[in-house]
Amino acid sequence: MNKKFGIGTGILLGVLLLTSMLTCCKSGGSKAPAEGDAVEVPTVNPAVYDDMKKAEKIFNALPSPLESAMLVKSTGAKFDLSLLNPIGNKNNYVTNKSMALNLGIYTCDLSFASLYEQTQLIIDYMNSAKKMADGLGILKAIDQATIDRLEENINNSEVIMEIVSETFMNSNSYLEDNGQSAIAAIVLVGGWFEGLYISTQLVDEKDFNGNKLVGRIIDQKLSIDILLNLLNSNKGNPAVDEIIVQVTEA
Amino acid sequence: MRIFRIIPVLAMFILATTVNAEAQCKAFAKKICLPELGSYTHDGNYHAAILVEGEEAELYKTFYSDMDYRVAICGEDKLPNVEFRILDANKNVLYSNKDSNYAKTWDFKLQSSQQLKLVIKVNSFNKPGETPVSGCVSIMFGFKVKK
Repeated sequence: MNKKFGIGTGILLGVLLLTSMLTCCKSGGSKAPAEGDAVEVPTVNPAVYDDMKKAEKIFNALPSPLESAMLVKSTGAKFDLSLLNPIGNKNNYVTNKSMALNLGIYTCDLSFASLYEQTQLIIDYMNSAKKMADGLGILKAIDQATIDRLEENINNSEVIMEIVSETFMNSNSYLEDNGQSAIAAIVLVGGWFEGLYISTQLVDEKDFNGNKLVGRIIDQKLSIDILLNLLNSNKGNPAVDEIIVQVTEA
Repeated sequence: MRIFRIIPVLAMFILATTVNAEAQCKAFAKKICLPELGSYTHDGNYHAAILVEGEEAELYKTFYSDMDYRVAICGEDKLPNVEFRILDANKNVLYSNKDSNYAKTWDFKLQSSQQLKLVIKVNSFNKPGETPVSGCVSIMFGFKVKK
């Protein structure tokens, strides 16, 4: 996101408008599933998930920054550096909330750089993500050895994806294991919003109908209740409470 | 007032044990469950918990059309079989690993994007009088990267 992060209320509103306009055209219906087969199932009806509280542990899994970037790339969208959060902004983030949001944002930008094989940007964005992780006290999530390994394999996209995925897992597992699930949630929210922001900016308004990217943006509607449940499960944390207000007032 | 000395020590012990168990869970997820994703790229998200036999966990996630996914759900060896079911919004069971000898992975592709629910249950050894076994259960998702 090309500015100091404030939850993209406009983006969320845009998604909701887009989805309300266009979901009428989606089809449903289901068939018996089989391993490895494509499965067609009806669209979401969150009301049926009324027995959530029976489980000992509930995970609300927002798409990771890597998956968000992959979803955009799979539509054939082109890379646009101007849409990423400039690395120069990293010194602006000094609160836990802004560092957590921007750890997600820079990881999403890093994922874009990796998927589009932007070699110099990969190093730059990994360093930016490292600064956020260091600021949050996430020990060893991204260490010098990670940066060195990245540089050694800069032309090997498979290894790069592996490193991006591993560093993100190191960050969120560290936060979860150290009683900082609220910060972990904010990181995920930051990454998700960045993916959504970039998607909306990449849409060609002259080529709207049947546009795959528009379809992917509409699909994000399916994750809105997951986003809210993730935030609500960390209610009481002041930063999370602020984000809940920003998101729900959109 | 010996009790006032014991309580903080006990609290620190419990905290240290919990943190250690969580750290072990992370190591288990990385070393044992991650390789189950094979050629699929791990999405980077971390979902793991210490579960006691008989306990359930649930996970909600959106899966997107035309993406090739693999879900891997692994329990520590000391646990009984870990059962998982994948349900759609209308509670149709799309997959149950019970029908596949408690397989740890399932590969799938959706025709339309959906929010799905995963129900993970640690079976029970059914040994009355014995302390229930607990251990780490990890859930991981991978996808095929499109060139």
